[in-house]
Amino acid sequence: MTAMAQRTWVAVCPVESVPRGDGVAALLDNGEQVAIFRTESDEFHGLSNMDPFSGAAVLSRGIVGDADGVAVVASPVYKQRFELSTGACLDDENVRVRTYPVRIAGGVVHVGSP
Amino acid sequence: MSRTLVVAGHGMVAHRLVEAIRSEDAEGTWRIVVFGEERRPAYDRVGLTSYVDGWDAGALALPGADYSGDEAVELRLGDPVTGVDREARRVVTAGGHSERYDALVLATGSRPFVPPVPGHDLPGCFVYRTIEDLDAIHAAVERARGGRGRPAAAVVGGGLLGLEAAKALRDMGLSPHVVEMAPRLMPLQVDEGGGALLRRLVTALGVTVHTGTSTDAIEADRGKLCAKLGNGTELDVDLVVFSAGVRPRDDLARQCGLEVAERGGVLVDSSCRTSDPHVYAIGECAAIEGRVYGLVAPGYTMAEVAAARLLGRDATFPGADTSTKLKLMGVDVASFGDAHAATEGALEVVFNDAVNGSYKKLVVSDDSATLLGGVLVGDAGDYNLLRPLVGNPLPADPATILAPAGGGGAVGIEALPEEAQICSCNAVTKGAITWAITDEGCDSVPAVKACTRAGTSCGSCVPMLGRLLSACGVEQSKALCEHFTVSRAELFEIVRATRISTFSELIARHGKGSGCAICKPAVASILATLGNGHILNGEQAALQDTNDHYLANLQRNGTYSVVPRIPGGEITPDKLIVIGEVAREFGLYAKITGGQRIDLFGATVEQLPRIWRRLVDAGFESGHAYGKALRTVKSCVGSTWCRYGVQDSVGLAIELELRYRGLRSPHKLKSAVSGCARECAEARGKDFGVIATDNGWNLYVGGNGGTMPRHADLLVSDVDTETLIRIIDRFLMFYVRTADRLQRTAPWIEELDGGLGHLREVIVEDSLGICAELEAAMARHVEEYADEWKGVLEDPEKLARFTSFVNAPGVPDPTISFRTEREQPVPVLLPVPEVVGR
Repeated sequence: MTAMAQRTWVAVCPVESVPRGDGVAALLDNGEQVAIFRTESDEFHGLSNMDPFSGAAVLSRGIVGDADGVAVVASPVYKQRFELSTGACLDDENVRVRTYPVRIAGGVVHVGSP
Repeated sequence: MSRTLVVAGHGMVAHRLVEAIRSEDAEGTWRIVVFGEERRPAYDRVGLTSYVDGWDAGALALPGADYSGDEAVELRLGDPVTGVDREARRVVTAGGHSERYDALVLATGSRPFVPPVPGHDLPGCFVYRTIEDLDAIHAAVERARGGRGRPAAAVVGGGLLGLEAAKALRDMGLSPHVVEMAPRLMPLQVDEGGGALLRRLVTALGVTVHTGTSTDAIEADRGKLCAKLGNGTELDVDLVVFSAGVRPRDDLARQCGLEVAERGGVLVDSSCRTSDPHVYAIGECAAIEGRVYGLVAPGYTMAEVAAARLLGRDATFPGADTSTKLKLMGVDVASFGDAHAATEGALEVVFNDAVNGSYKKLVVSDDSATLLGGVLVGDAGDYNLLRPLVGNPLPADPATILAPAGGGGAVGIEALPEEAQICSCNAVTKGAITWAITDEGCDSVPAVKACTRAGTSCGSCVPMLGRLLSACGVEQSKALCEHFTVSRAELFEIVRATRISTFSELIARHGKGSGCAICKPAVASILATLGNGHILNGEQAALQDTNDHYLANLQRNGTYSVVPRIPGGEITPDKLIVIGEVAREFGLYAKITGGQRIDLFGATVEQLPRIWRRLVDAGFESGHAYGKALRTVKSCVGSTWCRYGVQDSVGLAIELELRYRGLRSPHKLKSAVSGCARECAEARGKDFGVIATDNGWNLYVGGNGGTMPRHADLLVSDVDTETLIRIIDRFLMFYVRTADRLQRTAPWIEELDGGLGHLREVIVEDSLGICAELEAAMARHVEEYADEWKGVLEDPEKLARFTSFVNAPGVPDPTISFRTEREQPVPVLLPVPEVVGR
């Protein structure tokens, strides 16, 4: 698993800065924006913050929930839903957003390179 | 070379005739000349009583009745035909006009019958047929208001028309007396038992009923009138309205020697032709095969028959169904088929529930197998099911059918034959609706309505559409979303009753899963309405849609717009300057909204608290433009400045806006107040709109703009400010509690079983006894209101949310940029990224 070894992790914020069932955005050094979500069951997910349907960097401000048990976020612009674990859009099978790995270490949320 | 059709009269039936011909006669083989006696085009005379609601004759207008733009039709109003020369085929009019015809249609209607009582022509005596009659009655009522004591009125005639007149007088604030010669009210439609209940129900509404007595004389008495009844009673009144039936206007026919029926009416055969093949008669002036009908539906049928004949097609009058169902002053009355058991051997089965005010009678054949007719008073809910069954075998024992629901199986919709008409307004049969459900795939009431037009006029059959869907096995889900099987209204009641104050507890106990973008904001709104503190408190924040989350409106580039409240659109120069300064300092785009306030666009999330610090310091508060909540109460300048204003519309608009600000609701709420009937504030395009009158305010509800523009309907008229506010309190709270998610007030009212009439019963007449509670809930809202933006500025935890990046507070989103257009900043839109295939 050489890929794992090369992955770099960036500390973003304390765990309690991401409320349950909500999301926040983080700005990476390369200018990329990551939407970090925390589900009701304390799973953390990272998606590109860019909403592919509007071009606005706002996915972190969508409402987090589930569709048939699958954790999703609904874009705040036009309400399309994206699966948190894969970035796949549930409302348009041709669309998905980039995912970012997220891990918790020492009570701090880290985002990894994709 | 076109032929000339002359139509004498321009009422509803004449208009239907012209419409029917014009819709088929594209080549214009008929040139049509219509002579009307009234000075206005045909209008909805059946709905005449509703004229009292707003004194707006325009509301009674029939679409297309002035034929503007149709060169084949010449409409001459205020110029009745006064003579017919059948030999020369020519009519002459009161105005001296002469017109030759190839065909003549008499559609002169009826005149009110005034019994030859001494004094019947005194000033203060009226009839009830035209808009002008109602205007004259209105003027007399207003004059009497200026005199001593409360104005009083007597209505002579206790039939359908008499009760309509009584309703009109009651709507004008009077408690009328109704005098009927027969031993009961509506003697033609209902039987003795039904009449007794009808009398009780109508009496309870402030109408005094005198039956079984004649009106012997009307005498003038010191500026008032005294109606002397045959039973010795003397009624001191200001006005007397005669509504004792109508008589066909057959004078023209008599004058030119056409045959008339023994009891009046131009005699016509089943093709509507008179004894002269060039002359037809239709509507209430015609005695078709010897029978005169005083209803509009048979008149319409005659118009269609005559039109077909004139266009060279074969058509005959099939006879008419004189069944009636109406709501008089909120009392249901229906009569259908052989209501008086005139058929030989007919049997009657009666169910009379004096406690609940319901009387039902079925008339059945001597073997009790076939339904012949019936009478329903108090609760005519079964009319739609029973009327189509007339002449058909009964699906069950008559007593079982009449038993109240729950007592064991009232007649099911399955029992109706396919050809039974469910929607009589648009002539839609059960078969057509079933086909729409099973073959066209309509799976909801709105889908059935759109596909078949059933239920799109009066709406009384809408509950039947739901039952037909169920009967076809279509389950109509009222579930809010996949996480809650209950509707929004039910969820509201659950939250209200259990006082659950968090989403997690609610979904754990009454739903499943973790929620979604539908149920989370809906629950957030319910929690906010029920007073659970600031909408960003604790767990509530994660439920909010982004607009509520940032208390601003998300725009397409990820920035937000800011709308401070400007109640009633009134603003001081100092405050206006502050808005300008804020826009300049933060580089915002400024635009005046349709709701008489100012929208500032292009704020990033980190700018929002700083912008609001300035605004709150200057005395502004949240305008809730971001919420499903009260937006604005727009106003015209009103009596303070305007030469025509009759009330202080700005003052009332501010009072209403401050009262209902912050009220979370199923959808946005808009309002307006106009200071006079010119309606400059466009109040009838609002969810609740108020229009000033000389005596107070008229309240209209259920209006909106948008994709389905709709004018609001009059709910109450001429009320004082205190009453007005009390009724708006009830209206809004009832809406907030019972509407579906994202349902504006117009579709909400439309979907109420009973529509506007039901709404009026609940919130004006308090038929459910919930008004005190609705008012108390609104009082709590008013008391607990606090400015949401002030709440954010005072709380560091909430302020901390206003940042684009959790790891870089204060850094704005680098993808946002602006360019200048017409001297203001506008967003530079990023290209939408190439979609990524799976």
